Amino acid sequence: MIDFINLYLVPGLTIGSVYALGAVGISMIFGILRFAHFAHGDLMTIGGYGVLTAVWFIPIHPLLLLPFGIALAIVSALAVDQFFYKPLRKLPTIYTVIASFGVALIFRSLAQLFWSSGNQVFTSGVRMPVVLFDTFRISELHMQVIILTLIIAIALHFFLTRSKLGRAMRAVSDEPELAAVAGLDTERVVRWTWVIGASMAATAGVFAGMDTSMHPNLGWNLLLAMFAAAVLGGIGKPMGAIAGGLIIGIAEETATFTWFSDEPFISPSYKSAVAFFIMVALLLFRPQGLFKGRLL
Amino acid sequence: MNALLSVKGLTAGYGGVPIIEGVNLDVAEHEISVIIGPNGAGKSTLLKTIFALTARSEGEIGFAGKDITGLKTAQLVPLGISMVPQSRNVFPTLNVDENLDVGTYAAPPKDKEKVRENVLSLFPDLRDKLGQAAGELSGGQRQMVAMGRALMSEPKLLLLDEPTAGLSPAYLEIIFDLLLDIRKRGVTILMVEQNAKQALRIADNAHVLVSGKNFISGTGEALLNDDAVRRSFLGGAAA
Repeated sequence: MIDFINLYLVPGLTIGSVYALGAVGISMIFGILRFAHFAHGDLMTIGGYGVLTAVWFIPIHPLLLLPFGIALAIVSALAVDQFFYKPLRKLPTIYTVIASFGVALIFRSLAQLFWSSGNQVFTSGVRMPVVLFDTFRISELHMQVIILTLIIAIALHFFLTRSKLGRAMRAVSDEPELAAVAGLDTERVVRWTWVIGASMAATAGVFAGMDTSMHPNLGWNLLLAMFAAAVLGGIGKPMGAIAGGLIIGIAEETATFTWFSDEPFISPSYKSAVAFFIMVALLLFRPQGLFKGRLL
Repeated sequence: MNALLSVKGLTAGYGGVPIIEGVNLDVAEHEISVIIGPNGAGKSTLLKTIFALTARSEGEIGFAGKDITGLKTAQLVPLGISMVPQSRNVFPTLNVDENLDVGTYAAPPKDKEKVRENVLSLFPDLRDKLGQAAGELSGGQRQMVAMGRALMSEPKLLLLDEPTAGLSPAYLEIIFDLLLDIRKRGVTILMVEQNAKQALRIADNAHVLVSGKNFISGTGEALLNDDAVRRSFLGGAAA
């Protein structure tokens, strides 16, 4: 049981937090701009490298340098929206989806160009896990990731339900034409969607890079699990995306637990298939997701 | 007559094909004006063009003594114009209170609480539903939320596109009574309505639109008693 928590549940919550933060952006962008943003994983990568670069110059704890990664991701997202997505806004959204594939390749290639294609770490050296109550051995990073994600999720909830901008975002996501009739500035809502989506993507990118290492494919490799999380939570439902991310992360990790024998239930090398299994089952039996999102 | 809204020679349509052509229309302050006409006459298009939702190709629009031709919807709301579209006119996953709140964003009122109280006094039924998602309400209640949202920006002119479409006859009466209440509070109303006979009864002025052009205008009563209007649009029976 202790092993289950230490070695499966907590790592599951950690990777789930990464999925959750990435899926929020995917879900919000789908809700407001109505397209599947395939460059979102690579936006995470860009944010991760932003912090990695900052660490080279300012050698303090990487999480304290998050604002640099967030700023780089926001600028990248807004620039890409301005030059690639905005001109396509009036066309069927499939054009923007394809454009986002192109943007994904641009981001990844730029990452290889500027930061090389190898693995790079934020900080080297062995860090001992924190021991709680003499039983739980949890890495400091995993605790930080889970707590920060929880804080972000709560802040996001209050932002969406209480603030004027959050309500305007939900209104545009609900009925874009009525939002225009009500005189809402839709482009402003779109800009803020990118700002929030990119901020969370950058945070997720740093978390993922710190947990393993930074490399140009970091975000791309996580993209499909994040899409599964967004679908699981209900497309266009940011809080659903958080729940979806955590569920998929936990499901992936705990699927490799020795449930029925001494052997892992599912071989760890197949664990990423768990996300797809959940997504396929969901699309068949509950396509609106857990939180009654939009039908794809 | 003091015209709050004045439309001159308005032509508009989609993809270069005009739906309305050279329409003239004056709406006097504190009155209810109704636009009636057969299906496809361009009634909704006229309303949408006034509110800058459909592209205008020719003509001028004046509001409260100002030329508002070419202004965008987001600029018209702060000037004092609101619109309730015919369908999909609430934000379904937002609750009733949030729907009303969104109505203030484009033109924040000085005292939001007071405006909210005023609006709720018009629609007392909504008080019990403030926390409920608007998408879960009945058609009539949704129409009230939609009208409430539009009134939250304290408009001088309220544009309504078929406010009774799809509602039961009982709700039709309620909505028409509400419109009279709203007018009493000093809001001018311009609406498109399919239920021509009932609409003409509450209308101060009415305009019949046929094939995108002005056909006849007059007071509600005059049109109710006009032979040509009765034969063509009111089913022939005496009013």
